[in-house]
Amino acid sequence: MTKANFVSHPDRKGHFGIFGGRFVPETLMPALLELEDAYKEAKKSKGFRHEFSQILKDYVGRPTALYEAKRLSEALGGNCRIFLKREDLTHTGAHKINNTIGQILLAKKMGKTRIIAETGAGQHGVATATAAALMGLECIVYMGRKDTVRQAMNVFRMELTGAKVVPVDSGTKTLKDAINEAIRDWVSNVQNTHYIIGSVVGPHPYPMMVRDFQSVIGKEAKTQLRRAGVGLPDVVVACVGGGSNAMGIFYPFSKDQGVRLIGVEAAGHGLDTEHHSATLTCGEPGVLHGTMSYLLQDRWGQIKGAHSVAPGLDYPGVGPEHSMFKDSGRAEYHTIDDKEALEGFRLLSETEGIIPALESAHAIAYLKKLVPNLEKGSTVLVNLSGRGDKDVETVRNIFKGGEDR
Amino acid sequence: MNRIESCFRSLSRRKECALIPFVTAGDPSPDVTVDVVVEMAGQGADIIELGLPFSDPLADGPTIQAASFRALEAGMNPDVYFHTVSRIRSKTDVPLVLMGYYNPVLRMGLEKFAKKAKEAGIDGTIIPDLPLEEADEWRRCARQEGLSNILLVAPNTPPVRVKRIAKASAGFIYYVSVLGITGARSDLPPELSHGLEEVKRYTRKPVAVGFGISRPEQVKWLKGHANGIIVGSAIVKMLHDEFDEKGPTSAVEKVGAFVKGLKEATRQ
Repeated sequence: MTKANFVSHPDRKGHFGIFGGRFVPETLMPALLELEDAYKEAKKSKGFRHEFSQILKDYVGRPTALYEAKRLSEALGGNCRIFLKREDLTHTGAHKINNTIGQILLAKKMGKTRIIAETGAGQHGVATATAAALMGLECIVYMGRKDTVRQAMNVFRMELTGAKVVPVDSGTKTLKDAINEAIRDWVSNVQNTHYIIGSVVGPHPYPMMVRDFQSVIGKEAKTQLRRAGVGLPDVVVACVGGGSNAMGIFYPFSKDQGVRLIGVEAAGHGLDTEHHSATLTCGEPGVLHGTMSYLLQDRWGQIKGAHSVAPGLDYPGVGPEHSMFKDSGRAEYHTIDDKEALEGFRLLSETEGIIPALESAHAIAYLKKLVPNLEKGSTVLVNLSGRGDKDVETVRNIFKGGEDR
Repeated sequence: MNRIESCFRSLSRRKECALIPFVTAGDPSPDVTVDVVVEMAGQGADIIELGLPFSDPLADGPTIQAASFRALEAGMNPDVYFHTVSRIRSKTDVPLVLMGYYNPVLRMGLEKFAKKAKEAGIDGTIIPDLPLEEADEWRRCARQEGLSNILLVAPNTPPVRVKRIAKASAGFIYYVSVLGITGARSDLPPELSHGLEEVKRYTRKPVAVGFGISRPEQVKWLKGHANGIIVGSAIVKMLHDEFDEKGPTSAVEKVGAFVKGLKEATRQ
C-alpha cells in the first residue's frame, strides 16, 4: 500500500531503496543501535539543536555567505546567474566541520571519551581534531601512509590541536585503508570510543546523520536565495567523493522537483583508464565499509583503487543516498578530469579572487559544460565546499610541470 | 543433516570439543592450501575454515590481512577458490566452512555463489560483515543448497539479540572471544568462559569460540565451555613463516603437527 509519492529515507533498517544498510561485524551492531537511538533523541531535543546551532554560529562562522559570482558568470558567457555557497569560509576551511561538531556533541552525550576518525586529504581529520580539542576529548586520526606524506601540513595541524595521527600501511595506503583501520580500532575499543565518519558513507545511521548535519548548507542557501529575490535555483551543482557536501546542499532541495541536482565526480586521468574516482558513473552496486552503494570493483568484487588530483574525491565508494538518487534519476552525476579541474581552479582564482579546494574546482569546472546549455536567465547554485590553501603547493608543482601526485 | 551437524553430533557423543583450524585459501598457493587442509584433517581437525580473501578485510588483524593480500596477489578469486575446494573434497570428507566477506558473494550473485559453493564441497559459510539484519537473502540461498550459514555473537551482544542470532544461525554459533579483530593474543579475557556459558543458556546449538586463540593451554581451558575452538592467525602465520624459510613440505608438516597438538588438547 503506497500512500505518498515521496517516501522518506532511509527506512527503519537504514536502507535507501536497495542501498545503505548495516554490513558490519556483530561487535559493532550494539554500538550502531546505541548511536541511532542517541541521534534520534538528540534530533528531538531542543537543547541539542540549540547547542549545535550556537557552535555553528559562534565557532564555525555560520551562516556562510552566499555570493553571486558575476565575473565568473561573465567569463562563461553571461547567460545565467551563478551563486557560490561559501563553505570555504568556515573555520578550518571546508564543510567537514559541520558534521564533526554535530557528531562530537553526540559523542559527549553518549559519554564517549575517545574519538577516532579517518582522513584522506586531511580536511576531515583536521575538522575532527578541532572539534575534539573544542570538547577536550582524546582524538586519534587514521590516515594512509601515502596521504600523510602528500598532506604533511594537515598532519601537523592535527597534531597541533592535540590529535594523534596514525599512518596506515595496509592495502593501498590511502583513504579506504584508513577507514578499514578506523573500523578495526572501533571494533576493539567500542565501549569508550565514538567513530566520527567524515562523509555520507558507512553503516546506518551515518549516511542519514551526516546528511542531516550537513543539510545546514542547503537550508541556508535556500533561505539566502529567497531573500535575494531569486527563489528556487534551476540547478544545484556540487562535487561528489563520498558525497557529504553534495548531499548537504542537495537534500533541502530534493523535494523541489523543478530543481536539477548535479553531482560532479572525479574522472582523474580519464574514465577509460584505471585512474579515476567516478564511482556512480562507472561503478556497480556492492558492499564496502558497512554500506551498500555503487563501488569501483573488479569482476570478483575486489575493491579497486581510486584516483583524483583532489584527494578528497579519491574514494572507490559513494554514499548510499546518492546511489539511490542516481537510480531514481533525482540527481544526475557527471565527471570532470584532473586537467579540467585544474582549469576550474585557475578560472575561479582569476575571475573572482577565490582559490577553491581542488575538490570544489570540479564543480566549478563543470559549469563550463553546463552553462552554455542552460536557458538564458537560469540560476545555478554551486557548493564551494572548501578553500584551496591545502592544494596550492600541489597545483604549483603541476603548473611548473611536475607530477600531479 | 550436513557434514557440520553430523560432526558435532558424533563429537558430543564422545564428549569431545571440535578443533576448527583456519587457513586463507591461496596463501601461498592453491596447491599448498590443498595439502595443508588434507594434512590438518588427517591430524585430527574436525572442521576446517577456509578463508576466501577480500581486498578490505575489516574484521581481520595484520596476520590475516597480509595472508589475504598475498593470496589475491597470487591470483586467488572465487572460481579458483571453488576449484581448490573441489580438489580438497576429492581427498577428504572433513566439513569445510567458507569464511569470506560479503561483496565477492554479492558480486557473483547469491544464488549462483551458493550453488557453486555447494557443488565444490563447501558445507557452511561465515560472513563476518553480514549481521542478522542483512542476512535474510543469503540465509535463504544458503538453506536452499543445504549450506549452514553460521552467525556470530560478540561479548557485547545483548541477551535478546543473542537469542535471535542463535535461532537464525545454522551449523553452529561463532562466539567472538574478544571485542576486537582476529589475531593471536597472549591473554584471553577471564570472563570469556562466563560469556560462553551465557550463550549456551539461550541455545542448544553448538557454540564455537574464535579470535585470539593460539595455544594448547588456551584450548584446554576453553574445551569445557565451548563445543568448538577456532584457531586462525597462529596457523596462518606458522604456515607462511615456515613456507618462506623451508618450503611447502616442511610448512605443511609443521602445521599438521601443531594441529595434532591442539586436537589432543581438546581431548585431555
